[in-house]
Amino acid sequence: MIAERYVNAAALAVFALVPLSAEAMGEPFTITLMTRAAIFAIAAIGLNIALGLGGLVSLGHAVFFGLGGYAMGILAHHAQIYEPLAEWPLLVEGTTFMPVIWLVAVAVSSLAALVIGALSLRTTGVYFIMITLAFGQMFFYFSISWAPYGGEDGLSIYVRNGFPGLNTLDPIQFYGLCFGILCLVLLATGRLARSPFGLALNAARQAPVRAETVGLDPTRLRLVAFVLSGAVTGLAGALFADLNRFVSPAMFSWQTSGEIMIFVILGGVGRLYGPVVGALSYVALEHWLGGLSEFWHIYLGALLLGIVLFGRGGIIGLLSGRAAVHG
Amino acid sequence: MAEPAHPVLETRGLTKSFGRLRASEAISLDLRPGEIHAIIGPNGAGKSTLIAMISGSLAPDAGSVHLLGRDVTRAPARVRARAGLGRTFQISALAMEDTVLQNAVLGALGARGRPWRFWGAALADADLRQTAEAALERVGLADQARMRTAELSHGQRRQLEIAVALTLRPKALVMDEPMAGLGAEGSHRLTGLLDALRAQAPILLVEHDMDVVFALADRISVLVYGAVIASGTVEEIRADRVVREAYLGQDA
Repeated sequence: MIAERYVNAAALAVFALVPLSAEAMGEPFTITLMTRAAIFAIAAIGLNIALGLGGLVSLGHAVFFGLGGYAMGILAHHAQIYEPLAEWPLLVEGTTFMPVIWLVAVAVSSLAALVIGALSLRTTGVYFIMITLAFGQMFFYFSISWAPYGGEDGLSIYVRNGFPGLNTLDPIQFYGLCFGILCLVLLATGRLARSPFGLALNAARQAPVRAETVGLDPTRLRLVAFVLSGAVTGLAGALFADLNRFVSPAMFSWQTSGEIMIFVILGGVGRLYGPVVGALSYVALEHWLGGLSEFWHIYLGALLLGIVLFGRGGIIGLLSGRAAVHG
Repeated sequence: MAEPAHPVLETRGLTKSFGRLRASEAISLDLRPGEIHAIIGPNGAGKSTLIAMISGSLAPDAGSVHLLGRDVTRAPARVRARAGLGRTFQISALAMEDTVLQNAVLGALGARGRPWRFWGAALADADLRQTAEAALERVGLADQARMRTAELSHGQRRQLEIAVALTLRPKALVMDEPMAGLGAEGSHRLTGLLDALRAQAPILLVEHDMDVVFALADRISVLVYGAVIASGTVEEIRADRVVREAYLGQDA
């Protein structure tokens, strides 16, 4: 058995070193794969705040991923065609400046999470799963019929958005940006889990009655967790759209919600690095197994089944021999 | 006899029905500073219903609950907790994956209404930590602070329940069968702890173990079929013929 922190360090080392060696060997495709993994990891860290810390099984996180994507798509689209989003009551111009896009993505997905959370948290268990799924479908079908922004064809952005001092079209530079954000999100989430809020949320998941009897409001704690969770996944959505220079209703689909959840379960629910290991493994499997067989999802399914049945702590749990750790 | 001090906790005419079952029938009780007031009664007498209404997890059909003179009948459990009502459960309700210290810190931060900090570590907050450690010290769990709660013995979990309640700096404690499932030794130790605690906060004690009740209680109220049939000192209750017939049995 390997101590969990070594597993974590190894995952981070893969993220730090593989793209660099790929750059040295001139394999930009590998860098793009790693960028995908890093962005998926951020999205899944977001979900893990709700799922792992809060115990909220959301099957609707594609909403936030998609909103982040469309925030980027719409802002960049308007900047490309030199047409403001709105002229009244105040002039809103499009932008290709990443930090502004990220800010908008985070703001929009937080707001959506606040509304969806406030409605969904009236329910628990399977009803919560169904209602979050229903919200996901609402956004999916809305985006399909949203003609000004491409409907089901989606929106293409011809040039990747900019970040001061970087050439974001260079794969390794864009990767560096995503990896930097991944590290920041990991740092913040790690602090969050140990903070008074994290402690309270964790207790509200394990013993809601206890939380209530020490003066805490479990529902409000969960709502704030859901908003933070949606914000992080929304940020990942903006990055993902920029990676592909394309955004489409597929980002809102329930398959996307399912994949984000698979990253978390694969790596280990409630572990800080669970989503990181999960996303990395998923992208690797998708690449290798996908190269071997068209039906690679069958093998992924078998693996997932094995993990859920035999290793409740996900891949990290299997490697480190510790079942469930939260925070 | 001197006029009794103002009650810390008081119920007036608490009534609750479930369908045709009258679980509580106009229950009026009070808890005064420095005392242990025991509630006894056979199974199904309505003790749990009464506790639930006092602590705020169940709304009464009629009547009111007063904490420190304030009407809290409509206040949810968390508001009563922040106002100083500490509670322990018959079946331990603790965050089992967390450490003993984390559970105690949770109480401290909940009572102070300070869960909205997202960055600094909860265990690094000196104020929260001191409150938590003092409470653990008080119940004799200081050495177990770093253990996972799931690893504690049954008796230690009972002690931790009390420690968490103490982190609220309670004005009144409501304890639901704290001795349940404890062996003679554990029961003896906890009895000593409760005996000392009453000076800090008066205790409304629901307990099945009559030896414990007679050893600790300043006053006893007897609940049968949802109504208080007798209330008084240990001697008065022991001598009460109605109580003996209804509850204590012939040999009591």
